[in-house]
Amino acid sequence: MAVLVIADHDGKALKSGFTNTVSAATKIGGDVVALVAGKQCAEAAQAAAKVAGVKKVLVCEAPHYDGSAAENLAALVVGIAGQYSHILAPASSFGKNVAPRVAASLDVQQISDISSVVAPDTFVRPMYAGNAMATVQSTDRTFVITVRGTAFDPAGEQGAAPVESLAPGPDLGLTQFKGAEISKSERPELTAARIVVSGGRGMGSAENFKILEQLADKLGAAVGASRAAVDSGFMPNDYQVGQTGKIVAPELYIAVGISGAIQHLAGMKDSKVIVAINKDAEAPIFSVANYWLVEDLFKAVPELTDELK
Amino acid sequence: MKVLVTVKRVIDPYVKVRVKSDGTGVETANIKMTMNPFCEIAVEQAVRMKEAGTVTEIVVVSVGTTQSQETLRTAMAMGADRGILVEAAGEVQPLAVAKLVKAVIEKEKPQLVIMGKQAIDDDSNQTGQMVSALLGWPQATFISKIEPKGDSADVTREIDGGLEKLTIKLPAVVTTDLRLNEPRYVTLPNIMKAKKKPLEVVKPEALGVDITPRLKTLKVEEPAKRSAGVKVADVKELIAKLRNEARVI
Repeated sequence: MAVLVIADHDGKALKSGFTNTVSAATKIGGDVVALVAGKQCAEAAQAAAKVAGVKKVLVCEAPHYDGSAAENLAALVVGIAGQYSHILAPASSFGKNVAPRVAASLDVQQISDISSVVAPDTFVRPMYAGNAMATVQSTDRTFVITVRGTAFDPAGEQGAAPVESLAPGPDLGLTQFKGAEISKSERPELTAARIVVSGGRGMGSAENFKILEQLADKLGAAVGASRAAVDSGFMPNDYQVGQTGKIVAPELYIAVGISGAIQHLAGMKDSKVIVAINKDAEAPIFSVANYWLVEDLFKAVPELTDELK
Repeated sequence: MKVLVTVKRVIDPYVKVRVKSDGTGVETANIKMTMNPFCEIAVEQAVRMKEAGTVTEIVVVSVGTTQSQETLRTAMAMGADRGILVEAAGEVQPLAVAKLVKAVIEKEKPQLVIMGKQAIDDDSNQTGQMVSALLGWPQATFISKIEPKGDSADVTREIDGGLEKLTIKLPAVVTTDLRLNEPRYVTLPNIMKAKKKPLEVVKPEALGVDITPRLKTLKVEEPAKRSAGVKVADVKELIAKLRNEARVI
């Protein structure tokens, strides 16, 4: 039995979900092999070799694996799938894009977003925005799985495992990568941050998010937003925390001006400590908060930033 | 060009779901149902493209029980031209849905298939990618923009950390993200009009697809509950709690 982990990376470094996915792979058992495919990704492959639990890294470099490239990458994975009992990817925008394509090509029903490994064929996964946890057993021969990063501790470091190169598959020529606009930020990445400060509709405008950013910078935190704040155009979609955005589980989550819709709670309710600041004493967010403060956020947030000096 | 859109009937996203006491699933009896929000965005996109003159016909497809006809009627009230229900009782998992949709696509031969990125009931986020894989077509998931240009389309995808731009060959499958558009409300005259639009019902067997579930649900449970929190009086008390009790700052 061997487990293949498809790595999400930017060529140089691995994305945060990789070490958590390796950790889930280790729980399943068997040799863990990482696949790092991209235009130029030798550095990312070296980084993958040093993640505890990885027995071998396959590196595959070709221009047509640039960007997310689901079609070419899925075909590459399908080509080597016979050697693996399990194929895992992080439940990130990268993994969600490629894994179902692999699964369907193999005639396998994928298991999405697992939060726990019960047995090599049995997993727990959230449904209905995390309001129901289903234990599912697969009857397929191969298991194609995406992994909820926040549910597994990141794997540590080890002495480098061997890195082998894998011959690229053909360019199917179905899509052409035209470029990416990645928001640059000095702040930690949302899904990996120890502290997250999120704002909702109550923030009132994009401009007002500045006061949250000041608080975040004081705490070394990432900034997030509720779907309502994204819908209202206050923040870009990649800041969205929730059922249809990012799932986060930091040590401390500070929800500001967020009422606590089901879909938002789904993205943050596994945080260790939750603080909610809202002027509405009836806000549902208070039901999941460890500490809540009923106050106008425009008074409370700057005060909080000042007091932390 | 001809566009095919898929829609799923789901529990209303604003309803709090309850896990059945016998652990077999969630309560669905007498619960408000609606069109999956991402499917609504998919329908809206097709209608806007028709209004802009790039689309000539919109076929809307659903896989589900007889009640899914209501969801198809809603899509037709938004502007879809006709509906196809693949009528199946019980659970139909994403791979089987993808096979059914593929079978319909092979008959209908659309140039573009628009699907929601995820259904908010089982949260799988698989079907669009699977349909695309089964057809060997290009895919563009989680799109926030699409501009068809002859036999290709320029798309913008929402990815972790930002946006990605692709040019995809048509025919292709795209899945919708939140910011693609804001779906319209259906009006009463349009609801009346939609009742007269053609709605075909087919069975999975007629499409030659085996829909036997591959995943067995052993049990469904409530998630672990968070312990009750405390209200703090002011910012000073909050900071004290975070420092001394929770020790997170």
